[in-house]
Amino acid sequence: MLIKYLFAKNEDIPAGSSSVFFGFSAIFWFVIGTGLGSFNAAKLAFPDWVTGTEMFAFGHMRQVHVLAVILGWISMAFAMTMMYMTPALGNTKLWSEKLGLWNAFLWNVGLSLGLFLLWMGITSGREYSDLIWPIDIVVFLGVLLPLGINVWMTIAHRRTQGIYITNWFFGACIFMVMVVFAVGQSPELFNLTGLTEAYMTFWFAHNVLGLWITPVAAAIAYYTIPKLTGNPLYSHRIGHLHFWSIIAFYSTPASHHLMSAPLPEWLKSFASVEGVLILIPAVAFVANILLTMKGKWSMFVENVETKFSITGVLLAIPLNMQGGFQQTRAINWYVHGTGWIVAHAHLALLGMSTFLEIAAVYFGLQQILRRKLYSLALANFHYWFVLIGFCIYWISMTIAGLIQGAGKIYEVPYIDVVVAEHPYMIARWVGGTMVFTGNLVWLYNMYMTAREGTVVPAGRYAHEMAYER
Amino acid sequence: MAFQQHKLGAAAIGGMLGLSMCITLMFPSFDFRSAESTWVGLDKSLSNGRVIGFSYEDPLVTGAGKPITVILDKDPKTGEKIDPPMRAYVYEPGVPFAPAVRHPANTGPTVSQLSLNLGKMGEASEAQGAVFGINRGEVNGKDWDYIENLTALKGWTPADTLRAASDENTRYVGKGKTVYITEGCWWCHTLLPEQTQDWQIFGAPPMLGDFNGEMPTAFGSDRKAPDILHVASRNSSREWMDMHFFNPRLVQPNSIMPRFDYLWGETDAHGNKIDFDKWRAEYKEYRAGTRIYPPEIPEYAGNSEARALVDWILTSLK
Repeated sequence: MLIKYLFAKNEDIPAGSSSVFFGFSAIFWFVIGTGLGSFNAAKLAFPDWVTGTEMFAFGHMRQVHVLAVILGWISMAFAMTMMYMTPALGNTKLWSEKLGLWNAFLWNVGLSLGLFLLWMGITSGREYSDLIWPIDIVVFLGVLLPLGINVWMTIAHRRTQGIYITNWFFGACIFMVMVVFAVGQSPELFNLTGLTEAYMTFWFAHNVLGLWITPVAAAIAYYTIPKLTGNPLYSHRIGHLHFWSIIAFYSTPASHHLMSAPLPEWLKSFASVEGVLILIPAVAFVANILLTMKGKWSMFVENVETKFSITGVLLAIPLNMQGGFQQTRAINWYVHGTGWIVAHAHLALLGMSTFLEIAAVYFGLQQILRRKLYSLALANFHYWFVLIGFCIYWISMTIAGLIQGAGKIYEVPYIDVVVAEHPYMIARWVGGTMVFTGNLVWLYNMYMTAREGTVVPAGRYAHEMAYER
Repeated sequence: MAFQQHKLGAAAIGGMLGLSMCITLMFPSFDFRSAESTWVGLDKSLSNGRVIGFSYEDPLVTGAGKPITVILDKDPKTGEKIDPPMRAYVYEPGVPFAPAVRHPANTGPTVSQLSLNLGKMGEASEAQGAVFGINRGEVNGKDWDYIENLTALKGWTPADTLRAASDENTRYVGKGKTVYITEGCWWCHTLLPEQTQDWQIFGAPPMLGDFNGEMPTAFGSDRKAPDILHVASRNSSREWMDMHFFNPRLVQPNSIMPRFDYLWGETDAHGNKIDFDKWRAEYKEYRAGTRIYPPEIPEYAGNSEARALVDWILTSLK
């Protein structure tokens, strides 16, 4: 479909093509990623379920789930939104649709190759940096660099005087994730070893979340909520407080992931204090968006994109309250390494970030394709399955984490903790499977939207129109 | 447009990120550089080789191009008895040296000087292979562990050393840690006991200098299973480890660890094909209660991944 445009002239490619390519790729990877998650969760609940094959061993699949979701779903959904929001906010066209299409193509190819190798056990053995260094180079040159060039050039060629807050985030976050990625993978390229390697691993793991996944998701909400409700953003200035405090504070707390490692104590204390300061951007963001909703709260019930978006914003509240405090020494010693952290990670990625992106992908695809959503009922099914599935997952893993934490400090034999966690492992699998089911329905719904959705007349928004069927 | 806010903004972002990287990357690097390697650090580095995971020497991550750790109870050259037995790290010709040897600064200022001056570490050559050991020396009234090049100091060649050790005293530690990485054991087990509460059950947390030259460190972040940094101190039975890897439910009925029977490979220690289907059928009968004893697990071959993994655990995780 869109592959034919890879060798077309840039002028001949319809605007929004790269966004559509990225959008459907993202949904596809989301289905793959959550499917793997559900499979992995089943193995934790029933260890003898599928056994005896190296390919289906938990240790071969866990990292594929993580990276399919982070690099496939979340980052591709970011690219999808950047491809249509950046030009719209600059009152211009995307700098190069062709570059965008090539970017999406190389991204899919590179990610498939990297994940295949990981699945076969060809890994660097570094958490979140598992991809081997040749694939790291592909990711840097084929994924991050073209995306950055396209977004920066679009911003530079904008036809507006100011830069809207969403574009500040987009431009800065791509730059920062490139720096963070390059530095984080450098131990493999330059054979840096020991504590340096360990620290770099978590310097990357923290900063990819703090400077890429959460701020870009927030930036998306700065676009979608005003666009959907028709209200102007409550305060652009508070948006800038959010932006600059992310850059100043949230690029520093990486070492709170290694509180038990023999890192310098000053570094751990510094990280701990800086980590609490996440509350400044968090409060600024949540307050700004919720105040923008003034007078339009009925849309939280009636409009599915707003429903997703506001749910994501509301989930940012527990996310940042947990995140700000659980990394202080007073709490970290209890929850470190337990299911609590797994629950928190899913709150960030599957909760806050994913809900904001789903809204933007729903909205963007309808706008670009000029098609109204095929089925609102299926979209609502998707919303409730992802939300309920996520909540089951989050609550069960939080409880499991508290059990593990108690087992840890009261020195309970480890196997008793495993037995106590068993019901929560089953709940986790049920929740994960619900999310997966919801996403399958979403993929079908978006495919049918592209094929059979009601055509939206020029100048109208899809969500303003009544259903015709 | 005279005023371009993205230009000012880009400078501000660059400045702030630069300052943050200064504090979180550059300043700690001074601390890391001054860390002196401990015995644990030297042992890990020498037994793991250059790097575990994807590398030039081991692109398929099967444990190729790794050194072999041996326990010597007699001198490979003279045949003299060594008591207590010592650990030596055999680098066959062409096997890349550990970071501790390639980049002596990795082991810290004092240790690297001792290794170079007393241990003659700089004379070793990758093309000819070398045998290394760890010795203790005194500098300014304090004891330090340092690396010895036993090929230069005692004339031990890799081939002689492997012969003197025999299969019984050979430990495939580097290959074993490779299996730990590829099989993703570290998604559930940590190698980092916590400072506050793990002392009683999981033992002491590692110290500064325990990781110099180790790559990857694979601390792990999610503890779905016990910390195993000191597991061999708690349980040093090879029989238990073998049964536990073949099917964890044989020794711990409530375990959720996956079975690692596929690490046994196709054939057992005697060259016979392993009949996994038969084993599983018999095990099912045992679980159902129609069989009194579980089936015997096969003996793994000397070059199997299972052997290397258990070697690594019993040798390195003390």
